[in-house]
This record gives sequence, structure tokens and C-alpha cells, in this order.
Amino acid sequence: MKSAVLVFPGINRERDMARALRLISGDEPVMVWHADTALPEGTDLVVIPGGFSYGDYLRCGAIAARAPVMDAVRTHAQAGGLVLGVCNGFQILCEAGLLPGVLMRNAGQKFICRDVYLRVERSDSPFTHGFNAGQVIRVPTAHGEGNFIADADTINRLEGEGRVLFRYTDPEGALDPAWNVNGATNAIAGVLNDAGNVLGLMPHPENHVEAALGSTDGRGLFAGLTEHFARAA
Amino acid sequence: MKGRIIVTLKSGILDPQGKAIEGALKSLGIAGVASVRQGKVFDVELDGRDRKQAELMLKQAADKLLANTLIENYDVKVVG
Repeated sequence: MKSAVLVFPGINRERDMARALRLISGDEPVMVWHADTALPEGTDLVVIPGGFSYGDYLRCGAIAARAPVMDAVRTHAQAGGLVLGVCNGFQILCEAGLLPGVLMRNAGQKFICRDVYLRVERSDSPFTHGFNAGQVIRVPTAHGEGNFIADADTINRLEGEGRVLFRYTDPEGALDPAWNVNGATNAIAGVLNDAGNVLGLMPHPENHVEAALGSTDGRGLFAGLTEHFARAA
Repeated sequence: MKGRIIVTLKSGILDPQGKAIEGALKSLGIAGVASVRQGKVFDVELDGRDRKQAELMLKQAADKLLANTLIENYDVKVVG
């Protein structure tokens, strides 16, 4: 799997992401600078990692979404290439118009840094091959603006088309407002674009891929992607 | 010439910052505050002298970057 990890000023999870990709896919990802205008030849997967691009100035992800490399990402996505945005990466994809909706300030107004439980809604997407539908995973989250909102039509379409891949739930997988840590509409933690090849996800599966760090629940994301490209090859 | 772009949250969009400010104003005993919404102001120094042109440019700036029109409204003014 040839993956490209984008690097913007202020991003801070790019090495965690690269480590998880290397560990699970066995292939070394290429780091791509925001000012570059092209992705490496043959890129399968573009990953936009988390952090605080441009200090979250203006709106989270707003300035990064307009960086030169994003035109190449748009072209890659339009050609059907896979794109994964985690945390700030999710915010950047929304700001770039590659995903619907907006990530607003957390409903509780506080920055949230803790483990959360996510229910995997489908296992038939390239991003979730490595999980079972209905499976609950525990992954870390760290954000101040993760409260996903969109207009009612968009939410209906996301739900009707099965584009919600991950939802905040309690440890047993039941919806509970107390476990919807940022107040996201319908407890949405991860959504797909209409073509199903761009995923935005608020929590950090890349930080739960080694037993030494307490959990390997995040491995399924990377294992599924690796399998997806192995099958395609 | 100077331009001013005012960006405000659309009605119906939850504004936790505005709510917190509203609470602080109330706790200061400032009477008559019903609610507060927080917005942003951008002051731009303009090169040209054509007001129509300047207004178009400011709108373009708001549409392309300064406002997220999914959740925000904007208003542009050319002054001076």
C-alpha cells in the first residue's frame, strides 16, 4: 500500500500516523509537504493527520484546506483514490469541501482528551474491512472542535446512504448522550463522502495499534486498508 | 480605501462561545442582556480606488476563505 501522509505547519500527529501505517501495512509512507503540488506517483491512500494546522487560526482546517497540495488531493479523490482525514484532517476535508458538514466547537465547550468508544457501523467499506459491523473499539480522542453538524437534508442523506462509518457509543455499543463526548449530530464520529472513498474520523485509531500502549483496537482501520489494496493488486 | 468584512454565525447554529460570554455578562450584573452571538471582523487595507471593484474583491475573499457559508453569513463594507 503506497500511502502519502500530508504535513502542514502545526500538524503534530504525522509521525504517529506514519508509524501505524508502516507497522501494519509493512510499507513506508511518504511524507508530503503542504506546498507540494503533486502526490508521489502511484499513491493509493492519502492521509491527512491530526494536529493544529496554522494554529487553528480563522477556523480549524480552513487555511490548510486551501494549501497547494489540496488540489492534488482533490484530483486523487475525483479519480477514486482513497483519502483518510483524522481529527484536524477531518476538519481540513470538511473545509476543502471533500466531505459534507462542519466540525463545530464541542457542545461542552471543553477540549476533550480521553479514550472514547466507537461503534463500527459497516464493514464493507475499504476503511472498515478489518472490523466487524457492530464492533465496538476503544480509541483516544483529543480535540476542541469535533461536534459534527450539517443541515437536516445532508444528515438524512448520510444516514440513508449508510455513510456514517463510526459513531460514539457506550462501551457496549449503545447510543447514549453521555458518551457522545462532543455533542455531534447523531453521535457521528466518522463519515464518508458520496463516492465512499473519502473518510473523515475525529478520534485517533493510529494511537491504538500497539499492545504496549494499552490497546490495539485501532489496527483494524490500517489492516483493512492494507487488505483492500492487497486484494486490488 | 479600507474594507471591513463582518462574519456572523447563521441563526440556529449553536454558539457555545456566545453562550459563555452571555453567562459572564450576566454574572457581571450587566442588565438587559438577552443573548450574545460571537462573530469576527476583518479589516482590510485596499490598494485600488474603485469601490465596486473593492466590494467584489471583499466578497470573493469572504466566499473563498473568510467565511464558511455552510454555517456563517457575511457582510462587506468599503469605507473611507
